[in-house]
Amino acid sequence: MIAVKDVYFTYPNGVEALSGVSLAIRDGEFIAIMGQNGAGKTTLVKHINGLLKPTKGEVAVDGVSTRKVSVAKLSRKVGFVFQNPDHQLFCETVEDEVAFALRNFGFKEQLIKKRVTWALSLLNLTRYRQTSPFMLSGGERKRVALASVLAWNPDIVILDEPTIGQDYQQKEKLRQFIVQLNTQGKTVIIVTHDVEFVAECNPHVILMAQGKIVAEGGAKETLTNRDLVTQAFIVPPQVSQIFFELSDLKLPTNVIDVYDARKVLLDRLEVSS
Amino acid sequence: MAIIETTDLTYTYPAGTKLSLQDVSITVEQGEFVVLTGPSGGGKTTLCRCFNGLVPHFYGGKLEGNVVVTGLKVGEHSIYELARHIGLVFQNPENQLFALSVEKDVAFGLENLGIPRGDIRKQVDWALEITGITDLRERPPHELSGGQQQRVAIACVLAMQPNVMILDEPTSFIDPVGAQKIFDVINELNKKLGITVILVEHRLDLASKYANHVIVMDEGKVVLDGEPREVFNSDSARLIGVGIPKATRLYQILKEKGISLKKVPVNSEEASQLLREVLTHDRG
Ligand SMILES: Nc1ncnc2c1ncn2[C@@H]1O[C@H](COP(=O)(O)OP(=O)(O)OP(=O)(O)O)[C@@H](O)[C@H]1O
Ligand SMILES: Nc1ncnc2c1ncn2[C@@H]1O[C@H](COP(=O)(O)OP(=O)(O)OP(=O)(O)O)[C@@H](O)[C@H]1O
Ligand SMILES: [Mg+2]
Ligand SMILES: [Mg+2]
Repeated sequence: MIAVKDVYFTYPNGVEALSGVSLAIRDGEFIAIMGQNGAGKTTLVKHINGLLKPTKGEVAVDGVSTRKVSVAKLSRKVGFVFQNPDHQLFCETVEDEVAFALRNFGFKEQLIKKRVTWALSLLNLTRYRQTSPFMLSGGERKRVALASVLAWNPDIVILDEPTIGQDYQQKEKLRQFIVQLNTQGKTVIIVTHDVEFVAECNPHVILMAQGKIVAEGGAKETLTNRDLVTQAFIVPPQVSQIFFELSDLKLPTNVIDVYDARKVLLDRLEVSS
Repeated sequence: MAIIETTDLTYTYPAGTKLSLQDVSITVEQGEFVVLTGPSGGGKTTLCRCFNGLVPHFYGGKLEGNVVVTGLKVGEHSIYELARHIGLVFQNPENQLFALSVEKDVAFGLENLGIPRGDIRKQVDWALEITGITDLRERPPHELSGGQQQRVAIACVLAMQPNVMILDEPTSFIDPVGAQKIFDVINELNKKLGITVILVEHRLDLASKYANHVIVMDEGKVVLDGEPREVFNSDSARLIGVGIPKATRLYQILKEKGISLKKVPVNSEEASQLLREVLTHDRG
């Protein structure tokens, strides 16, 4: 359980990045935070793993204020993948990178080996086990960052822009894995601009603008609400745009997925023929 | 006229254990808007680095085959010389930004070209405006959000207005409305000034409507090269994991159920128009 209570945050340079954010996230939820550049998304999620502490207000994870635990301790519970993978990669091989946190948390070598093998295979990185993370492509580096966090199986997983550099197959694999985490009762929070990925994942969506949460709701209702998407600088998913352009034909306007779209169209064509 | 031509480009990074490029032969005509896509690790960034000379001049290693850009053989010209003609927006914006303020970063390339001060000012103002970061001009780039940094990286290249603009996943950190606005501007530069654009993208829903040429790379090789409609609708594009536009995907899965649209749509406007025909025709 994550409780964010009326949080304000100001960076040392005077920029107020959060202006009164309150939020409650239950165990096992899947949340996507979306919104304009500079809205405060990254700043907000950095509060959940304790990297940043509120200037005013409080953030508590499982009832404990983030001011009262060390980041090191909290990170066992809250895994965090940075927006830019270069901020978290520093080991000489991909294998060491993925094993790093596991070693820190005191896992046994044998288990570490197993977890590393598992995480590398999940993220299609097996062939890079002995490679330096700095000799990989952009998308591959992002996947090493993902692997290094997913490896220790934290209860809360925060992924800042997880789909950057990822092709469709990698995204689909990631989507399936997130679903699996949710069924295990784990909480997943992603920050993303990738509307098509959100349309396929169907998470609970939180929209931010100028340091505040402006709306939240199901992916379908938020991404097809014209006023909301405009406010949050989002372009609706392509399927939703198609149905919007056909709205005079009295088709439903809350369709965001291609298979849902096909069903609606087939129903309509059958009825009319 | 071909503005970029590669013949049998083959390359392995000095520390690499496999070929990152393998017999890549492509031609890009002056004024084209090319989308370069394909699976992660396929060689897209490496190919872009061959266009502005980072490969082989900066990364080292042996580049076999030929690459000619704006009439210059890349192997025979320095990165500095090539930069007069070719601008590259890096996949990771932070690797491109180093000045103490946004404004200084954007002006840097222009100052290097020895452009008069007044003109620099004008071009910098324009680039900042277009990318929506005018109010960040005094800020240090390392104190910006991810998307704000990426906007600066794009502004740096836009300000130079090079003959060839290469953008490596330029909007991965940028909000969709901002991304669309930037793509619109790039499209305008392409159509009005004839600037050749090479855009590396995984998310094709936003970008594909501007493209008139699509190249797909996988495992260091060019696997598809042609007109967007053909490439997006080919079986292999989907099978190797290209995120084809949802409009095209909808066309394909409707066809599975026996509903054929008259042509293959690549964006929402086309799809809605084609669907409208089917829906209203069947009714009457
Ligand atoms: N500096 C480097 N040294 C050694 N190998 C490298 C280096 N950079 C990339 N590679 C390898 O070269 C291949 C092509 O990488 P490249 O960055 O061109 O891929 P990409 O298509 O841009 O992928 P992405 O979509 O993930 O950015 C990959 O297998 C990668 O691991
Ligand atoms: N290290 C920093 N120092 C000072 N100001 C910062 C810093 N990081 C971010 N900011 C500012 O705080 C505000 C919120 O930034 P944040 O990174 O949370 O935005 P975001 O919603 O994640 O944006 P993006 O979509 O671009 O990643 C922005 O105005 C930004 O310029
Ligand atoms: Mg961010
Ligand atoms: Mg790349």
